[in-house]
Amino acid sequence: MSVNNRRILPGFGISLSFSVAYLMVLVLVPLMICVWKASTLSINEFWLTVSSRQARSAYWVSVSTSFAAALVDVCIGTLVAWVLVRYEFPGKKIMDSLVDLPFALPTAVAGLVYSSLYAHNGWLGQFLFPLGIDTSYNTLSMILVLSFIGLPFVVRALQPVLESFDSDVEEAAASLGANRAQIFTRVILPGLMPAIWTGFALTFARGLGEYGSIVFVANMKPFQTEIAPFLIVKQLEQFNYDKAAAIAVVMLFLSFSLLVIINYLEWRSRAHAR
Amino acid sequence: MPQSWKPVLGILSPLFTFGFFACSVYLSGCSGAKTEGPTELLNASYDPTRELWGELNAAFIPQYEKQTGTKLEIKQSHAGSGAQARAILDGLQADVATLSLWSDTNALYKKGKLIKENWTEQLPNRSLPYTSTVLFVVRKGNPKGIKDWSDLAKPGIEIITPSPKTSGNGKLSFLAAWGSVTLKGGTEDQAKEFVTTIYQQTPVLDTGARGATTTFSKKKIGDVHLTMESEAYLEVEESKGDLEIVFPSISILHEPHITVVDDVVERKKTRAPAEAYLKFLYTEEGQEIIAKHHFRPTDPKIYAKHKSEFHDLKLFPITDLVQGWDEAQAKFFDDGGVFDQVYQSVSEKQPAK
Repeated sequence: MSVNNRRILPGFGISLSFSVAYLMVLVLVPLMICVWKASTLSINEFWLTVSSRQARSAYWVSVSTSFAAALVDVCIGTLVAWVLVRYEFPGKKIMDSLVDLPFALPTAVAGLVYSSLYAHNGWLGQFLFPLGIDTSYNTLSMILVLSFIGLPFVVRALQPVLESFDSDVEEAAASLGANRAQIFTRVILPGLMPAIWTGFALTFARGLGEYGSIVFVANMKPFQTEIAPFLIVKQLEQFNYDKAAAIAVVMLFLSFSLLVIINYLEWRSRAHAR
Repeated sequence: MPQSWKPVLGILSPLFTFGFFACSVYLSGCSGAKTEGPTELLNASYDPTRELWGELNAAFIPQYEKQTGTKLEIKQSHAGSGAQARAILDGLQADVATLSLWSDTNALYKKGKLIKENWTEQLPNRSLPYTSTVLFVVRKGNPKGIKDWSDLAKPGIEIITPSPKTSGNGKLSFLAAWGSVTLKGGTEDQAKEFVTTIYQQTPVLDTGARGATTTFSKKKIGDVHLTMESEAYLEVEESKGDLEIVFPSISILHEPHITVVDDVVERKKTRAPAEAYLKFLYTEEGQEIIAKHHFRPTDPKIYAKHKSEFHDLKLFPITDLVQGWDEAQAKFFDDGGVFDQVYQSVSEKQPAK
């Protein structure tokens, strides 16, 4: 089948080559330089850098906190999207724009605000701390700020899908005798799953790369809340560009394989929903 | 459009794109070189010197204009010392580098040959117009009775200090703590045990000096904050009586060397004003401004005048501990060095939350 000739709008060749060119310049070339820089290390050095106990603990901290934040966001985000699509209430427009705020706010600002709110003497921290909930400088504070940053990804992924749902289908299910739980799990959820996976993947990937806000809410002690991006900064401080690139390559590989897995799950749930 | 043109366009368009990029890069380069009006100098410095350089610039600019007729505009750039060194290596057009650590400035020679090998000999007094040191800041009335280094290792004392991996201040505090043991007759093993206890009792390891200040003074975490002398005064002033300074019996001599970045001034043709700018720091006026901001002037006459303010503290240079910064970096702060070992044992003694 010839690709070019059957389109209504012309310009396939031009637009494709522009896309490829921009992707090359903006994405592929920097990534390739990163890999090239890491490859100046010997295999042994590379391995020692990326597999040290400190590095392994940092990958774990990064992956586990981002994962937890993505889970939190999927739950809250689905609820927010549902409320915004299904109900009419005063202030809805404002609430809708509020969702985008984490996109626009510099993440360092978010980190600063969260760390002073949840410090032991902060507005919220002073009430939580006596209850035995410690929300400053630990894993919990990192998950909090990561879920703030990731929330819009889930909401914005779900909203259009929810809007496209017809309430007829739910009514039909109800008239056929399905109870409310069944309607949700058998009718609504399967249709939502692909969008939920997308939101999850975006939030997760965003969390893995986050640095600006984390430095304010984590205590950055090795083996506790030290994240992988901070290891890269540490290497840069020693002018070890190659070792910094080595850790970056591992992170790249980690994120890429996670995204592939999640995309596969998304594809499967999409096929399942059809 | 004829069908046969399409593949040609398809191939050409990426070329156009690259061409566009190249042109815009070239043009922005041109416009940068063709500035008219005042001569511009960029001073890349570390964080705690913002106020100092602000006042030095204000004093120097009119003086230079009167002497030479050249109008100057001096821009300041402040960030972590290591980050500034990397920025200059990566192309930041800084005429002068006034960084915190010798090793950061020396990287300009070692990694990029942007300055001469004997750069410390280009200006008077080994290129040191002022020095500083690490002091303690404690809560009002010093409730935990912290008087000297050994008090930091007492149980229940929380210490705030930035990470030596990413902060010059953190490195100096580490070395000061180390020297407080080895220079008073202690062994290296005792010193290691001492710093291990300190970092075990450090609840937050901020990445930079200003972050640590916020943690201590605003979030009220910790009992003692290890910080540079000038920063200590700023912090206490700002706290309006909530904090006070403690002078330990001994501390490290902080030597923030300054240098003209030869590679940049050759290209920008700004060597004359850049050199005059740095030499101004050695004049009586410059030294007085330095003393006013609680940095220690290196001119003995001016220092003698302000001696009482500086408590005539016993300061040891880094060479009393190791041969120099290169060895200090390799021994203490590089991967697998003493600081990493300290954290290995901290994490074993105190399981992760």
